Amino acid sequence: MAKSFFNLLFQIPDTVDKTKKNRPGPEITPQIVKEHGLTVEEFRRILDLIERTPNLTELGIFSVMWSEHCSYKSSRPYLRKLPVEGPRVLQGPGENAGVIDIGDGQAVAFKIESHNHPSFIEPHQGAATGVGGIMRDIFTMGARPIALMNSLRFGELSEPRTRFLLNGVVDGISSYGNCTGVPTVGGEIYFDACYNGNILVNAFCLGLVNSDRIFLAGAGGVGNQILYVGSKTGRDGIHGASLLASSEFDETTEDKRPTVQVGDPFTEKLLIEACLELFKFDWVVGVQDMGAAGLTSSSFEMAHRAETGVFMDLSKVPLREEGMIPYEILLSESQERMLFVIEPGHESEALAVLGKWGLDAAIIGEVIEEPCVRIQFEGKEVVNLPVFPVVDGALDLKRESRRPKYLDKVEHVNLTELPDISEGNTALKKLLACPNIASKEWVFEQYDHMVRLNTLVMPGSDAAVIRIKGTQKAIAMSVDCNSRYCYLDPYEGAAIAVAEACRNVVCSGAQPIGLTNCLNFGNPEKPEIMWQFQQAVEGMGDACRFFDIPVVSGNVSLYNETKRDAIYPTPTVAVVGLIEDHKKIMTQGFKKSGDQIALIGFTMEELGGTEYLKVMFDRSEGKTPVLDRKHEKQVQDFCRELIQKGLISSAHDCSEGGLAIAAAESCFSYGGETFGATLTLESTLRNDTLLFGETQSRIVVSFPEERINEIEDLAMAFPVDFSLIGKVGGTHYTINVNGKEIVKQEINILKELWKTSLGNYAGQVT
Amino acid sequence: MKCGIVVFPGSNCDHDCYHILKHVMDQETHWLWHKDEVNLESFDLVVLPGGFSYGDYLRAGAIARFSPIINSITRFAEEGGKVLGICNGFQVLLECGLLPGALIQNQSRKFICKNVFVCIDNPDTSFTQDCGENRVLEIPIAHHQGSYYIDPLSLSELEENGQVIFRYCDTSGNVSAESNPNGSVGSVAGVANKQKNVMGMMPHPERCADPLLSNTDGQIIFQSLISNS
Repeated sequence: MAKSFFNLLFQIPDTVDKTKKNRPGPEITPQIVKEHGLTVEEFRRILDLIERTPNLTELGIFSVMWSEHCSYKSSRPYLRKLPVEGPRVLQGPGENAGVIDIGDGQAVAFKIESHNHPSFIEPHQGAATGVGGIMRDIFTMGARPIALMNSLRFGELSEPRTRFLLNGVVDGISSYGNCTGVPTVGGEIYFDACYNGNILVNAFCLGLVNSDRIFLAGAGGVGNQILYVGSKTGRDGIHGASLLASSEFDETTEDKRPTVQVGDPFTEKLLIEACLELFKFDWVVGVQDMGAAGLTSSSFEMAHRAETGVFMDLSKVPLREEGMIPYEILLSESQERMLFVIEPGHESEALAVLGKWGLDAAIIGEVIEEPCVRIQFEGKEVVNLPVFPVVDGALDLKRESRRPKYLDKVEHVNLTELPDISEGNTALKKLLACPNIASKEWVFEQYDHMVRLNTLVMPGSDAAVIRIKGTQKAIAMSVDCNSRYCYLDPYEGAAIAVAEACRNVVCSGAQPIGLTNCLNFGNPEKPEIMWQFQQAVEGMGDACRFFDIPVVSGNVSLYNETKRDAIYPTPTVAVVGLIEDHKKIMTQGFKKSGDQIALIGFTMEELGGTEYLKVMFDRSEGKTPVLDRKHEKQVQDFCRELIQKGLISSAHDCSEGGLAIAAAESCFSYGGETFGATLTLESTLRNDTLLFGETQSRIVVSFPEERINEIEDLAMAFPVDFSLIGKVGGTHYTINVNGKEIVKQEINILKELWKTSLGNYAGQVT
Repeated sequence: MKCGIVVFPGSNCDHDCYHILKHVMDQETHWLWHKDEVNLESFDLVVLPGGFSYGDYLRAGAIARFSPIINSITRFAEEGGKVLGICNGFQVLLECGLLPGALIQNQSRKFICKNVFVCIDNPDTSFTQDCGENRVLEIPIAHHQGSYYIDPLSLSELEENGQVIFRYCDTSGNVSAESNPNGSVGSVAGVANKQKNVMGMMPHPERCADPLLSNTDGQIIFQSLISNS
């Protein structure tokens, strides 16, 4: 199907006789409708709404605008349940990015977005343009992008394509982000067989903006001019949103390569500087990035938000190639393009700024009163569609939802079947070297994470921290999702993702203030996938409400499956936190020999969904760890209090690999000194759960011995569980349980395993 | 000291250099736009900052050398004005012929961003005079094409003339293959022209000069220039 469509699509230009460019398009047959990814019901609805048959160009417009990717037709009813309001929210979902007030007339704009499908087909360009797209979403709000993060998911290491995809994606992010001069300060990477046929590339960007200079994407003011800015329009990325991002992968996937866009980070850098310069003028009315569905979505959506219409003459659009027809110009997803609305009379000023930066720009139309988008090409009207049906006409689908059967099989793990361990060295070493836990420095050393001189906490700690120049403030951010938990229990898994991202941000000393999500799921046409989606969104919503964190922006990526194998549900969240005083920030590494090590929170007999079960027994089973939200909040508040009072020297969240891994990571965290440590634990739990269980709401802290009493008193008053578990120092990492030594390893050997494992894998030539 | 920071399209460490010179080192600092050919007589220092001028398309620095501002800088350098090229700025200075040698792709063929150590090969220049003997500086690198190359004969000439200013080393100042992050010949991290008024270096001193970012080793290079002006 896809193939025949592309033949159709790419043959059109060749068959166009230059003298007859405006001949009527082909007759709209059911076959053509189907090839545009529209159902019979949807086509009937189009006929009802516009009361005539659309021409091919108009059909193309409906096809992209009603695609899952642009219309959110499967997900929208559920997304309404997320909390989106709060005293700090200046802009919630619905614009290019969400905006949160950070005080003193400043705000941060942020969003996370997926670029999964293109990255699987062409990892370098797919990932690069993902970074470019999310950055444009931020600076269209008037904000200067100041930090990037990403969440990446690849297949298992033994899958032959994984190494190629890992190298390609990291290289793409590196080449694009580095060139634009925006630091990539953090992120996460997971490997699992469920991503073998469908990797995930979620890119996050955060920008800084003055609260009174936030720009919105509306085409307001009849008579205002439509200004096209940036790269010329080419034939790349046509139908990226509708055909690539809104269907499953199969044997024809490789044929979709032409739908992947090509990025030009240099133009993006110029675009950032030129746009920020334009935003200083009051005659700039609105602006939107030409992202998915290009000129089509930007023009229709801007008209829709302002309840106006738009007239455009496509003959004025700067084109990269000759012979392009309206269909292609409108649906092209060429990168680094923006659509501005400016007041008339300021055209030459605008063009002067853009010319200074060497960017292409042209006035291509104006805002009209009639709520229609009318498009002309070479003197002839080629599109005349009412705005509302195109933008909001796609019916919300009431997809069927059913609890998947696999859950009955995987929900329970019988601990008595598993032999407990009498020594922990083997598991410790295996876990430290496994790619989900091993150091990611091979990755983040390829990203410029220092440019702009704001990075206070480098990648490799729980959260990245950047300062806000000219103030005492700093912003912490963390991106998180344990998709194995979500596979076992999407509701709890999503709630844990929120809790953990908040915990990470708290471990750096910040107060979480806002969240953005990227909901990656399989094919929504399957009831089981819809059930996962619904559960995850509910879990996320409930957790956000409990922790009082508004969801200000987000993105949904469905159809993440190949040949009917769906990925684990992966509702990735990025949490942004505020630090009032940048002198009070914390990192995860131990700081001094002789310091005490303590655990905030307590450990339970839980082993379900752990990295330990996966690595040692290849089992992705069991009940996810229990999240006691009230307890979680106490633990977080207590940790932040310790940091505020300057009582502790390090704080590290316990996550994958549990307590034994968390303490080991504090021994050799990136950029810091290496220390040994001895943990002395008393417990009635099994050794494996004690060391490697992933009970939530736990933080490993260290501090000078003389502060013990003060900290213990504070813990008692809070009240929160707090126990001394060991001491920093020595050349070894030792764990004694109930008087018996069950781990003893030279710290340098452990560090080497942890530090080199991912790079060794990635660099292998096969 | 009156400083000028050159802005090419694609420069991205221009704001960082400006911040350090103006706000941290408290010097009079001006922007220099690439399209302007200006008289630099009144300046004490011109900095070509890091970044990706013209996207580094074709070859890093290859297009920037044709900017009008380069004519001004060349004249300024010929008259003894001090020019500091950092990272992409170093690449531009090589392409202009103001410095000898070339920068090629890192041995790893990857972009590398991390802290490295450099030792001072020639402490008698206006860029290094405050460093003192045997000082090891911890300075970040962030580049993809930072492997310095020059033929062996010319390298010995540079060494004889004291034109090698910095070399990559370990924490104690030992120069070895292990402490060379990118495969540069002779572990060269920074070189000067014969007159020692033009210097290019791959490490970023401006990234370790703000006290808030804890490491301030880079300040000493700017301080040397200030002492000398």
